[in-house]
Amino acid sequence: MSKVVSAVVWSLVAVTGAGAIAWLAISRGETISAAWLLTAAVCSYVVAYRFYSKLIAAKVFALDANRATPAERLNDGRDYVPTNRWIVFGHHFAAIAGPGPLVGPTLAAQFGYLPSAIWIIVGVVLGGAVQDFVILASSIRRNGKTLGQMAKEEIGPVGGFTALVAVLGIMVVLIAVLALVVVNALRASPWGTVTIGLTIPIAILMGIYLRWIRPGRVLEASAIGLALLVVALYAGRAVADNASLAPMFTLGGVTLAIAVMVYGFAASVLPVWLLLAPRDYLSAFVKIGVVVALALGILIVLPPLNMPALTQFTDGTGPVFAGKVFPFAFITVACGAVSGFHSLIASGTTPKLIERETDARMVGYGAMLVESLVAIMALIAACVLTPGVYFAINAPASAIGTTAASAAAAVQQWGFTLNPSEMTLLAQQVGEKTLLSRTGGAPSLAVGMAHLFSRALGGGGATALWYHFAIMFEALFILTTLDAGTRVGRFMLQDLFKHIWAPLGRVSWYPAVLITSAVFVAMWGHFLYQGVIDPLGGINSLWPLFGISNQLLAAVALCVGTTVIIKMGRARYAFVTLLPLAWLVIVTMSAGWDKILSPDPKLGFIAHASLLRAATAAGTLPAGVKTTGDALRMAFNDYLDAAVAAFFMISVVVILADSLREWTAVLRGRKPVASTEAPFEARVAVAGD
Amino acid sequence: MRSAILRLARAAAVVRRIIGVPDYDTYLAHMRERHPDVVPLTRDRFMAIQMQARFEKPGARCC
Repeated sequence: MSKVVSAVVWSLVAVTGAGAIAWLAISRGETISAAWLLTAAVCSYVVAYRFYSKLIAAKVFALDANRATPAERLNDGRDYVPTNRWIVFGHHFAAIAGPGPLVGPTLAAQFGYLPSAIWIIVGVVLGGAVQDFVILASSIRRNGKTLGQMAKEEIGPVGGFTALVAVLGIMVVLIAVLALVVVNALRASPWGTVTIGLTIPIAILMGIYLRWIRPGRVLEASAIGLALLVVALYAGRAVADNASLAPMFTLGGVTLAIAVMVYGFAASVLPVWLLLAPRDYLSAFVKIGVVVALALGILIVLPPLNMPALTQFTDGTGPVFAGKVFPFAFITVACGAVSGFHSLIASGTTPKLIERETDARMVGYGAMLVESLVAIMALIAACVLTPGVYFAINAPASAIGTTAASAAAAVQQWGFTLNPSEMTLLAQQVGEKTLLSRTGGAPSLAVGMAHLFSRALGGGGATALWYHFAIMFEALFILTTLDAGTRVGRFMLQDLFKHIWAPLGRVSWYPAVLITSAVFVAMWGHFLYQGVIDPLGGINSLWPLFGISNQLLAAVALCVGTTVIIKMGRARYAFVTLLPLAWLVIVTMSAGWDKILSPDPKLGFIAHASLLRAATAAGTLPAGVKTTGDALRMAFNDYLDAAVAAFFMISVVVILADSLREWTAVLRGRKPVASTEAPFEARVAVAGD
Repeated sequence: MRSAILRLARAAAVVRRIIGVPDYDTYLAHMRERHPDVVPLTRDRFMAIQMQARFEKPGARCC
């Protein structure tokens, strides 16, 4: 393509994208088509990939297709294996994609679609994709070292240790909040409970099949597993329709929470081949399948966005979660824009598979753009609902009461329209008793998706099946993160506890395995239980904590990235990581500050605890709290949440201070500009190049 | 016919690697080529070790 044609085409793409963003921003009062949002996102991604990721590849790292990667130099046929870049891309995407980008934008939709849309697009282009790419490239140049190792070697032991402890804290909060989303989706839903419950024996069956019946036939086993998932979907419906069976599987929040904890414990102590590995395969298929289906559904229907661009809840009075649009939209969207967790994957399996250095651009930057597109699609699915329905599903009972009439009245007070019969009818259509106050994001996303799928394929009668299909895949995603996370957490604890008593570190000694697994489950289980019994719905306090912790990890990764860039002697390009780092520090710090110290008891943990204590001292109890004991326990949990938030904030400060010390030492010349990269080795041309 | 089966087998191998199944054939080929003097692990042993390792460090699965 000649230079002129290229310039014209790229200008057109850029102008189209900018036009779509402008249209999104200025449209008021009437609904606009999701096509605008999709166009704005896709054009931005394409332009950013073509120009910004190229700048990072060429100017910052000078990625060289002729430089041997660790996969070639250290090829061991196991972990280090040179792999085709499309396979690495697929593998990396399947590893980074999870429930976060689905749930976050759904919750953040309470501000309207505009804040989330802007942050998902701008955040990924300048922050999230940059982080993933920079960490992947840094790790490739360091023989596939992990983020923790790089933090220790690049920044220093203090930063390294803080990063390690912070990762453990993040895992606890992450698992707790995701478990809460599942519990809230299955609460009082026999259909959902049976379907999700059956996914566990299905996985075990696959495990047995792979072990003894047809060893190694993973695709066969997965096909059987997928077919059985469909059976489970119908089995759930049969149970829900059966008057004597349905009550047995209509479970309360606490029972479900205990069940999830038992499951997490089992996944941590049972052999991997029996439960974790088959579930992981199944989940990867479902994940990619659902992303494709959602994209097709949106493209075929091109639904109007019924949510306004901005709601009045940008002022911080929102019922889904408390806090103003700044900083809480940025904390809540989380994984779809910037996800610190990805830095663990970009410095885990992926760097050991990259065949050519230059592939890192497509895998690191590109896969994150796709993840962001998933977040945009989740936002569209949430905004397909009318605001009335959205808030009736996502607001806790303390805000909308427990009947369709009280919910409609509350929603009307907020200035949206909702007919009480609308919610009853919708619940019937999706095969649930009620959809009121199903907080956590999963049910409202499932309603949006069921709406899209049944419109794309016709036949409104299938809405209930689509709804439960969506719930099933969301829960499957989440439980895959939960079971793998619990096992990983157990290993991290064993690694930590061995310094106290050496035998606790032995991974094949059953007492140590059982004790550390129980301790780790208790850690996240406590937060889960507290969320389940919280009259405000639990998501209100836990999701912001998760958001803060995830963005904190991103800040750690960007500190490592900046240090790497400065030590390479490319300080003039350090803005690439410094820009998102500065923004994330501002956002996490102000959100953390608000969550701990805001005088508004809906927002601030300490203010809420004081309110509860004052109420119990005066002999009265706030709405939804049953006993004085409950109130005091809730106050204790508020203090605990405040302490966790404070811990995350202090971690940010420590790592940032340690990094700044290192940066100034290098820039002032007190330390030599010396890269810790593995030395250059030329790539050996292989047949098929 | 044979080429169709071959193509299907290759597609299956791609899918397996994307969902993260340990790749024994690649390992075996590597051992035969680079370390012909070493007895390679059996398929069962290899799969068990690789699967164990996958769920030991953070970054196995994301949020």
